[in-house]
Amino acid sequence: MTIMHKFLGAAATMALCTGVAAADPAIIFDLGGKFDKSFNEAAFNGATRWAEETGSRFAEVELQSDAQREQALRRFAEAGSNPIVMAGFAFGNALGEVAGDYPDTRFVIIDMVVDAPNVRSVVFNEHEGSYLVGYMAAQASKTNTVGFIGGMDIPLIRKFACGYAQGAKAANPDTKVISNMTGTTGAAWNDPVKGGELTRAQISQGADVVYAAAGGTGIGVLQTAADEGILSIGVDSNQNHLHPGKVLTSMMKRVDNAVYNAMKDGPGLETGFSVMGLANEGVSYSMDEHNASLVSDEMKATVDAVAAKIIEGEITVHDYMSDESCPSLSF
Amino acid sequence: MEQLPKWADLIVVPLVGLILAFILSMLMVLATGHDPLDALKLMVSGALGSTYGWGYTLYYATNFIFTGLAVAVAFHASLFNIGGEGQAALGGLGVALVCLFIPWPHWTIALLAATAAAGIFGALWALIPAYLQAKRGSHIVITTIMFNFIAASLLNYVLVNQLRPKGAMDPATAKFPKPSHLPSLGEILNSVGIPFAKGTPANVTLLVALAACVFVYYLIWRTRLGYQLRAFGKSQPAAVYAGINPVKITIITMMISGALAGLMAINNVMGEAERLILGSVEGAGFIGIAVALMGRSHPIGILFSALLFGALYQGGAELGLWTSIPRELVIVIQALVILFTGALDNMVRLMVAKVLVRPKRAEA
Repeated sequence: MTIMHKFLGAAATMALCTGVAAADPAIIFDLGGKFDKSFNEAAFNGATRWAEETGSRFAEVELQSDAQREQALRRFAEAGSNPIVMAGFAFGNALGEVAGDYPDTRFVIIDMVVDAPNVRSVVFNEHEGSYLVGYMAAQASKTNTVGFIGGMDIPLIRKFACGYAQGAKAANPDTKVISNMTGTTGAAWNDPVKGGELTRAQISQGADVVYAAAGGTGIGVLQTAADEGILSIGVDSNQNHLHPGKVLTSMMKRVDNAVYNAMKDGPGLETGFSVMGLANEGVSYSMDEHNASLVSDEMKATVDAVAAKIIEGEITVHDYMSDESCPSLSF
Repeated sequence: MEQLPKWADLIVVPLVGLILAFILSMLMVLATGHDPLDALKLMVSGALGSTYGWGYTLYYATNFIFTGLAVAVAFHASLFNIGGEGQAALGGLGVALVCLFIPWPHWTIALLAATAAAGIFGALWALIPAYLQAKRGSHIVITTIMFNFIAASLLNYVLVNQLRPKGAMDPATAKFPKPSHLPSLGEILNSVGIPFAKGTPANVTLLVALAACVFVYYLIWRTRLGYQLRAFGKSQPAAVYAGINPVKITIITMMISGALAGLMAINNVMGEAERLILGSVEGAGFIGIAVALMGRSHPIGILFSALLFGALYQGGAELGLWTSIPRELVIVIQALVILFTGALDNMVRLMVAKVLVRPKRAEA
């Protein structure tokens, strides 16, 4: 009797567990890992926020190998996870092959476009946000020289740099923009020491505002800028608090919102193309008590006016990735 | 130190190391508040418990066989090739060029051409450090590891500026055309009536890897070149005295080693990804060192240790998918196995020797 009881209990628990699992969303982090202080972490924060608000759970995995992309997608889809969110453009190919095999599962991919009926593709207009912070950088610069430090030299980061240079030159055509990339491999996302060295090199060339779009490397850029008494600009999440009074602003890319929205919308989420730009607050520049003293009301007013013009289409910011070239900066 | 019997050296020592590594790993899993037995079961069943698991285990093992053989061949000549990472990356470039720009009528011909290209590119990448070692005395360890970085930069340049399709974000080539896609192990086995999970990355390259094992065995122990190579490895002055040209042996050995590392690219680039991505080697070049050490630089040993490391990779992936054990801990488990079977090999050997050799002496 008791044994039977136990078996029944176990069976019931199993059934319950699978029931819960079937409705759970899943998130797959890219090779950088979920605590990269940048992109993946923002995605993780979005998922955690959703879990805390709703009291639900989500499945997650951090990848070790490129071959695991397709593997993780298939395994989660087969286990009934829905929707499945993936952080990073590198999933594009794997998702393109997997999506068709699981028509009842909804997939959300960030930073990439995959054309399938059950996929929501979320892309950000990073060039617009970078344009705004470039505009502010040129206004804040006294030497008319601003710097950009990218992580790994890939088109996406050039897109940041190109928007930034356009913004800086729009605010003041005489502005000189210095651009450096940290490296050519994935290690470039997590090399704060080299970030600091590049910052020093740019300072010696006259830069007094530097913008870091370099993941974990950016921590070193912001630190060095603060030590050397120049201004810096953070990226992805609001990094103003890292060095209060030393970080001019941060170009916020709300990956967390994209993940949060996807999980909130649940298994019935709307698919298709979703652009997160200035208009729907997918990108923005950050203002808080830490940088209030650095940004004058006048400066804020002009930047907001520029933002409004971009939203209305009066100003078009050139997207590096549309034609692989940049009118204001050569790489 | 007493000589261990051969069977103990080949089987008992690695096995004891492995068991020690697992005991320590399980203690760490326990310390993080997870059930170690569940974790172990999940790892083993995830890697070997289904054809799906085997599909991934064999895929990783294929990579490790190539890089393990590469290290082993050089090791027999006392050359420490730790540039497998870069040689395999360059092999990938060779495969990509051959697959992208030549319209192959059938995968068999494409495979032959890609094999040749991967081998040649890998060999040429090893040629420069080999030449520097042979002629200038620049230490091979330093030069090969530096060439890994040069390879990464070169690949980055080629992928970002030359081979990347317009408008694509990924620093990667376009997908290879259909005729050059290799059949997966699942397709092959299913066609002869053996059920095997589809959609797993193990592919026909596994057979190439097995052929490479046979090739290396014959090369090292059954050819004149192999004899010269081993003699050179045992004692350079003696080899020179016997009329073996040290420059020639160094260069030829390193080129064979580089070619073997390069061949890995037909598995991961042509067989799995079907395009060349940045960082496609993913550390397999370094794992190859551990595989060769554990396999005693013998093709059969390498075959089994590559299987073990493949299973660790796939088991680790399952652990990541179905538990909240963090990825870092999975890497720690893999690292402990490398530590015990590779680096602490001598410690284990001494322990085994104490147990096995002493009683014998007492008898005598």
